Amino acid sequence: MPRLRAWFSRLAGLFQKDKRDAEMAEEMRAHVDLLIERNIAAGMLPHEARNAALRQFGGVERVKEIAREQRVWRWADEFLQDLRFGARMLFRSPGFSILAILCLTLGIGTNAAVFSWIEGILIRPYPLVAHQDRMFALGGTTRGATEGHGLSYPDFVDLEKNSMLFESFIVDRIVGTSLSVGDRAERASGGIVSANYFDALGVQPILGRGFRPEEGTGRNAHPVTVISYLTWQDRYKGDPEIIGKTQFFNGVQHTIIGVAPEKFHGTFIGYSFNFWVPTSMQETFDSTGYKLEDRGARWIESYAFLKPGVTRQQAQAELSAIAQRLENDFPETNRGQGFELFPLWKTPFNAVGNLSPTLAITTGVAFFVLLIACANVSNLLLARSLLRRHEMTMRLALGAGRRRLIKQLFTEGLLLSVIAAAGGIMVAYWCRNALVLVSPSRTPGITIDYPGQLDWRVLALSVAVCIGSTMLFALIPAIHASHVDLSGALKSEGSGVVGGSGRSRLRSVLVFVQVALSFVLIAGTGLLLRSLVQMQNSDPGFSTRNVVVSGADLFSAGYKPDRAKIFYEQMLERIRALPGVQSAALARVRPFSYAVYSSAPLEIEGYQPPRNEQVAADYNQVGEGYFSAIGIPIVEGREFTRNDDENAPPVAIVNETMAAKYWPEKNAIGQRLKVKDKWMEIVGVAKNANYRTKLENPMPFFYVPVRQDFFVQNGFIIRTEQSAAAIMNALAREIHALDPNLAPLDTISLQQQVDLMSYTQRLAAALLAIFGGMALFLASIGLYAVMSYSVSQGTRELGVRMALGAEAKDLLRLVISRGLRLTTAGIVIGAAAALLLTRLMGNLLYKVSPRDPIAFGAALIILIAVALVACFLPARRATRIDPARALRT
Amino acid sequence: MAKEKPDLVYGTLDMLILKALQHDPRHGLGIADRIQQMSKDILHVEQGSLYPALYRLEAQSWIKAKWGVSDNNRKARYYELTTAGRKQLTAEEEHWLRITKGIDLVLAGG
Repeated sequence: MPRLRAWFSRLAGLFQKDKRDAEMAEEMRAHVDLLIERNIAAGMLPHEARNAALRQFGGVERVKEIAREQRVWRWADEFLQDLRFGARMLFRSPGFSILAILCLTLGIGTNAAVFSWIEGILIRPYPLVAHQDRMFALGGTTRGATEGHGLSYPDFVDLEKNSMLFESFIVDRIVGTSLSVGDRAERASGGIVSANYFDALGVQPILGRGFRPEEGTGRNAHPVTVISYLTWQDRYKGDPEIIGKTQFFNGVQHTIIGVAPEKFHGTFIGYSFNFWVPTSMQETFDSTGYKLEDRGARWIESYAFLKPGVTRQQAQAELSAIAQRLENDFPETNRGQGFELFPLWKTPFNAVGNLSPTLAITTGVAFFVLLIACANVSNLLLARSLLRRHEMTMRLALGAGRRRLIKQLFTEGLLLSVIAAAGGIMVAYWCRNALVLVSPSRTPGITIDYPGQLDWRVLALSVAVCIGSTMLFALIPAIHASHVDLSGALKSEGSGVVGGSGRSRLRSVLVFVQVALSFVLIAGTGLLLRSLVQMQNSDPGFSTRNVVVSGADLFSAGYKPDRAKIFYEQMLERIRALPGVQSAALARVRPFSYAVYSSAPLEIEGYQPPRNEQVAADYNQVGEGYFSAIGIPIVEGREFTRNDDENAPPVAIVNETMAAKYWPEKNAIGQRLKVKDKWMEIVGVAKNANYRTKLENPMPFFYVPVRQDFFVQNGFIIRTEQSAAAIMNALAREIHALDPNLAPLDTISLQQQVDLMSYTQRLAAALLAIFGGMALFLASIGLYAVMSYSVSQGTRELGVRMALGAEAKDLLRLVISRGLRLTTAGIVIGAAAALLLTRLMGNLLYKVSPRDPIAFGAALIILIAVALVACFLPARRATRIDPARALRT
Repeated sequence: MAKEKPDLVYGTLDMLILKALQHDPRHGLGIADRIQQMSKDILHVEQGSLYPALYRLEAQSWIKAKWGVSDNNRKARYYELTTAGRKQLTAEEEHWLRITKGIDLVLAGG
């Protein structure tokens, strides 16, 4: 305890400094007075007595000073002193301070922003959800397959029943529906969730209630919904009496039983959900049928909460054991099926999978920017420490300790970075939702949500970055400054050859590092931009120009197949009759959309698959005229026609990859394959195309006539010279004419649809371009600073050269070549580093080698150009030196 | 660190101050007088090191100070030992005895 009390008394002393000083003075005066009295008593005259007493006591001020050092908490006292002094120094050279703070703000700000994205998207993505550290995504696996899938509802229920290590499992399957808003249809996204959803997440509806256990089961038995805060505000104007009111979803009247809290957006990265319904309503929201009792239908996206203290490995072992049992009990549906837990940042079924490599790269880039900023500030400090060398020398000569000097310089650095960190956190705050801005605009009504999170972890990390960067940028100058050779420095004062070569070498190293780091960033940016261009230019296998895609949400409107068939028949006629429309066709899934292609195990006549191989392929249901409308050439055979309907023999068209795989050396036309117990005859071979993204590898794919495998939900593929915007109104009019309650869905050009899917590459390129630009800017400041410094240091030398007859252009060449030497060295190292690092970008690059010479060449040219400019200005100044003055200095 | 005069063994001033305060509270000059008197005029406390030492001891909570009035009616700051100070004094005395005994033995053995 005494120790603690001592600490407090020191602390108190620190803050009551003035009072304590006064007390001390009084005490010493009393002491001296006593001495005087004693001297008088001994027979001295009063003024003699006083002088003697003062002599006896020693210098009052000196004693006070020593005592002060003893008394207060010395370190903190000095720190405050340094802080005050540092602040004065910053104010004295505002140009330097602003530049340094700006550099650091950029560096710390980018890092804080990236941390906040990582925290908000990857680590703790779901605001208000409790125990996210124990929350894992749960998916299904098939032995031997690389792609995972969902869970079936019966399997899910068995997991819940049989596991011991889990606190809870939740179902969360994203669904979309259309809500009418005046004469527009607006998409809304929602989740089919298990009844325990809100309880398991620890999210309490702010109005009404969550789901009750019995509401999870019973086919379509519980049409109840919890709506999001935003939906409540926008669609229902914040109606306080909302609970108990109803809303039609997909033709079924749902009772609104709850409103979720404002900050709760659901558990799906990328979208902010509008509503939630219990699993019992699955059939209402899934156009492909009732699945709650089908163990083979794997549609559930799921999360699991582990019990406290359980590791992922233990939990995974238990899941695998359960999967094994299910495999034995239900061999037809569960052979080779397993379960897999994923950390949230690897969630396989939302946007995280796309974003995490981008964010990983962004983290690296942000760190680079910070390094460059630190190198810059370090440089600035070095330059300034030269100006302050006189001060440092003086202080050393007067007996200040070197440690004290280093501490002083460190404190100044810390002051800089604390100010910068405050600025940086503000930058991060503004940028927290910036990812949404660079993300593509999508369907109206759907809220894109990439929340940055500025919680205490991000703040703590930022503080760590701040301290770490102070160490980085202040350490070298501080040590340097304190190693002034006293006699040497005093002697050479003012002679002009100061600083020593060591210091300028150090600064050269800093520039060299900056150039190297910038090179990596610029080359990386170049690679991504090249990928984007390549991707833009690459042929997806269908025409993206002059094709518009649209649709109407018949499923949400409650259409049954018969009525939908009539609607499509009439609608296509009307579309084809529109001015400027060349052709139109139906397709269940539009290429590059988020809808899922059908997929089925296949049996192929005459093809004996190797053991363990499951023959399967994705397929699409398309209408007559599809291939000509979308521009996929038929290389053999024929396209589908009106006559390929439900009464005609089933037919299919395969793509080239599929034809080559199953009927090599044979003509595929006339061959047969069996899909879902139906034999189909192949009537055509279509050219390969991309189906989901341009990044995919060629895969077997086939088409069946929409009339022979009909679903209520289909899209329109329209070949027209008109723009999507121009045709949108006409489409709306025609749809209204057929059914006043319907409205067209997002009508966009096929090119736009394709662009949506390159979102990740765009995002990465945008981020890298921004950060790379900042890095370049910082590096050029650094280069400029060093060049002007070295020119000013070399004034004398340049003067001698001029006096000996060198001309302005010689000097110019001399200075610029020095600068370029420095830059070139940086570029060489940068290029080597870039060659190593760009390989990590692998899956973000498209048809561009990680060593693409164009990207590397561009980086080279940009850096040389920047270096030339940065060197030219100081070099020109050098040529204007008056030799006589230069020599005198 | 305050520099101490060579006539005081380095580091012993704190102990001497504690000892001087063992029985009665004293002010600064009183402490110096007491040490001089107890040492039969061998030890003189340099005033310049007295106060730093006092503040050091106070910061350690071994002594505490309050304002009082001196014998001749002057205001003065009086120091007295705290419980922790007493313990510290005992510890330092023991330590000192051990050291000096050791040194004596070494010197006697020469």
